[in-house]
Amino acid sequence: MFETLSDRLTAVFQRIGNKGRLTEQDVDEAMREVRRALLEADVNYKVVRDFVSAVRERAVGEEVLKALTPAQQVISIVRDELIKILGEERVPLQLAQVPPTIVMVVGLQGSGKTTHVAKIANLLKKEGRRPLMVAADVYRPAAIDQLQTLGGQIDVPVYSEGTKANPVDIAKNAVKLARDRGYTVVLIDTAGRLQIDEPMMQEVERIAEAVKPHEILLVADAMTGQEAVNVAQEFHRRLALTGLVLTKMDGDARGGAALSIRSVVGVPIKYIGTGERIDAVEPFYPDRLASRILGM
Amino acid sequence: FERSEITEDLFEDLEALLIQADLGVETTLELLDNLRDRIDRERIKQPADAREALRTEMIALLENATRNRKIKIYQRGVPFVILVVGVNGTGKTTTIAKLAKYHQDQGRNVMLVAGDTFRAAAIDQLKVWGERLKVPVIAHDPGADPGAVVFDGMQAAYNRNADILLVDTAGRLHTKYNLMEELKKIRKVMQRHVAEAPQEVLLVIDATTGQNGLVQAKKFAEAVEITDIAIAKLDGTARGGIAFAIARELGTPISYVGTGEQVTALAEFNPVTYVDALFFGEEEEL
Ligand SMILES: Nc1nc2c(ncn2[C@@H]2O[C@H](COP(=O)(O)OP(=O)(O)OP(=O)(O)O)[C@@H](O)[C@H]2O)c(=O)[nH]1
Ligand SMILES: Nc1nc2c(ncn2[C@@H]2O[C@H](COP(=O)(O)OP(=O)(O)OP(=O)(O)O)[C@@H](O)[C@H]2O)c(=O)[nH]1
Ligand SMILES: [K+]
Ligand SMILES: [Mg+2]
Ligand SMILES: [Mg+2]
Repeated sequence: MFETLSDRLTAVFQRIGNKGRLTEQDVDEAMREVRRALLEADVNYKVVRDFVSAVRERAVGEEVLKALTPAQQVISIVRDELIKILGEERVPLQLAQVPPTIVMVVGLQGSGKTTHVAKIANLLKKEGRRPLMVAADVYRPAAIDQLQTLGGQIDVPVYSEGTKANPVDIAKNAVKLARDRGYTVVLIDTAGRLQIDEPMMQEVERIAEAVKPHEILLVADAMTGQEAVNVAQEFHRRLALTGLVLTKMDGDARGGAALSIRSVVGVPIKYIGTGERIDAVEPFYPDRLASRILGM
Repeated sequence: FERSEITEDLFEDLEALLIQADLGVETTLELLDNLRDRIDRERIKQPADAREALRTEMIALLENATRNRKIKIYQRGVPFVILVVGVNGTGKTTTIAKLAKYHQDQGRNVMLVAGDTFRAAAIDQLKVWGERLKVPVIAHDPGADPGAVVFDGMQAAYNRNADILLVDTAGRLHTKYNLMEELKKIRKVMQRHVAEAPQEVLLVIDATTGQNGLVQAKKFAEAVEITDIAIAKLDGTARGGIAFAIARELGTPISYVGTGEQVTALAEFNPVTYVDALFFGEEEEL
C-alpha cells in the first residue's frame, strides 16, 4: 500500500530485466501492478479492466519492449491514457448567451453541494456577475440556514420559500425573480438524494424540466469508492449532466472515482473542492489528478 | 448463474464481487487465499459450498472485531458521554439524532452538545433535531471554541442529571493536524469532569467511502481512541466493504449502521445480517 507504482514496476522489470527482451508475460506482470494501483486509488473495477487492456495493447505494441527504463515507460503510457480519459483541456462553466444562466447542483447526501453552490457563486461574483442562490433543499434540517449563512459570508442573496414549499415551485419562482431583478446566474442547491430513490429522482427531474438548467453539475466526494460509477450513470441517465465537481480533494484520497465517473459519463470535471472555506475551490488540471491517482 | 465446478473463473467472480464492494485489494486477496486453503483442506468440490465457505470467512472477520466491543455501563448520576467524530459530511449529526432517539426510547435522559461551531448552520441543524426529539441542546455562538461548549455541556449534564451526553463535532479530514489536535483537547475537557469520559468515541464512516476509509479509521483511532464505528448511508447501493479492511487491520468494532435520513433509521450492526443482505442476498448474482 505504501510502495509507489513506480517502485513496484521497477522491481518487476528488475526481476526480468536481464533476460534481455520482454515477453508478453512480462508485460502482463507489469499490468498486474498497474491494475492494483488503480484499484487502490478507487478506480472502478470495470473501468480498470478496460483501461489496463488499452494500456497493455500500447505497451506490447511499442515502446516498452525497447525502452531503457521500462518502468518509467509504462508509467508514462499509463499517465497519458489517464489524462486522455480525464480530458486534456479545462472546460469552464457554460454561461448562457441570454442571462440568466441556470446552474443546478445534484448528488448524494453530504457530497458538498451546498458548500459548492456558495463557492461557485463567490467565484462568479468576483468575475463581476450577479449570482442568486436558491434554497431548494426543503428536507435536510437547517439546509436553508446553511445556504443563507454562506450567502451572508459572500454577500450573495438567497432565494427561499421556507421548508413548506415545493422545490419545483421554488426553482421556478427563483428563475422568474432573477429575470425580473437582473440576476445573471441562478445557482440551485438541491437536497442530497440516492440515485435509487425513485420519488426523489423524479423530483429532481421535475426541477430540471421546469427551469431547463444550462449546467447540471454532479457534486461527488473524492473519497467515493466503487459505487461512484453507478451513482453517476443514473444521475446522468435521468438528468443529462453537463459537468462534475470533485470535492474534498484537500485530504489524501487518491480520487480514482473521478476517473471512473469521467470515463462512464464523459462529462468534464469543472471544479475541484479543496477545503471547507468559501475560497477553497480550484480549476481542474487533468495531469495533477493523473499523478495523484498513481500516487506520485 | 451458477458455475458447476470450482475453476479460476469462480475466483474471478468472487474477486469482482469483493473489490466492487470496496473491500480493497489486500483484504480481498487475503479472503480469497484463505478460501483456496479451505477448499483444499476441506476438499470442497461444489461452487455453492465454496461460496458458503467465503461467507463464513467474511462473517468471522467481522465477528472478530465485534468481539472487541466494550460493554457499555450506564451509571446513574454519571453522564455517559458519546463523542462523535469523522470526516466531512459522513452523517455524524444525523447519527447523533438517531442515537438520541435510541437512548430516549430506552428511558434514558439525553442531552446534546453542539460541538461543531465551524460549519455554516451546524448548530441550527442540531437544534432542529433537539426540538423534534424534545432533547436539550447546549450550544454557543457560531465560531466559538468547541472546548468551551463541551465544558458547558459536561457541566449541564451533571446539573440536569443527563444519563447520555451526545457531543457533535465538526467534520474534519484526518490529514489536518490542528483539527485532529482539537479533538484531543475536547477529550481532555471531558475528562476534567468525568475521568472515564468519553465512554464511547464513535467514528462515523460513509458507506460509499472507498479505500480512504481505512486511513480515516487509523488516523482517528490514533488521535482519540475510537471505541465504535457507525457505517452511515447503507441504504444506498454501496456496500461499505471498507468495514472488512478496518476490522482486519484495526479490529475496531462496527456497532451501528445508518439506513436512511429519518431518525429511526439506525440499526445495531450484525455481521451475519450484513454479510447476507449485501453479499449473499438473492438479488446478488455471483
Ligand atoms: N475538507 C473539505 N470539506 C468540504 C469540501 N466541500 C464541502 N465540505 C464539507 O463537507 C460537508 C458537507 O458539505 P455540504 O455542502 O453540506 O454537502 P451537501 O451535499 O450539501 O449535503 P446534503 O445537503 O446533506 O446532501 C461539510 O462539512 C462541508 O464543510 C471540500 O472541498 N473539502
Ligand atoms: N441516505 C442516507 N442519508 C444519510 C444517512 N445519514 C445521514 N444522511 C444524510 O447525509 C447528509 C449529511 O449528514 P450529516 O449528519 O449532516 O453529516 P455530518 O457528518 O454531520 O456532516 P458535517 O457536520 O458537515 O461534517 C444529510 O443529508 C443527511 O440527511 C443515512 O444513513 N442514509
Ligand atoms: K447498501
Ligand atoms: Mg446541502
Ligand atoms: Mg455535522
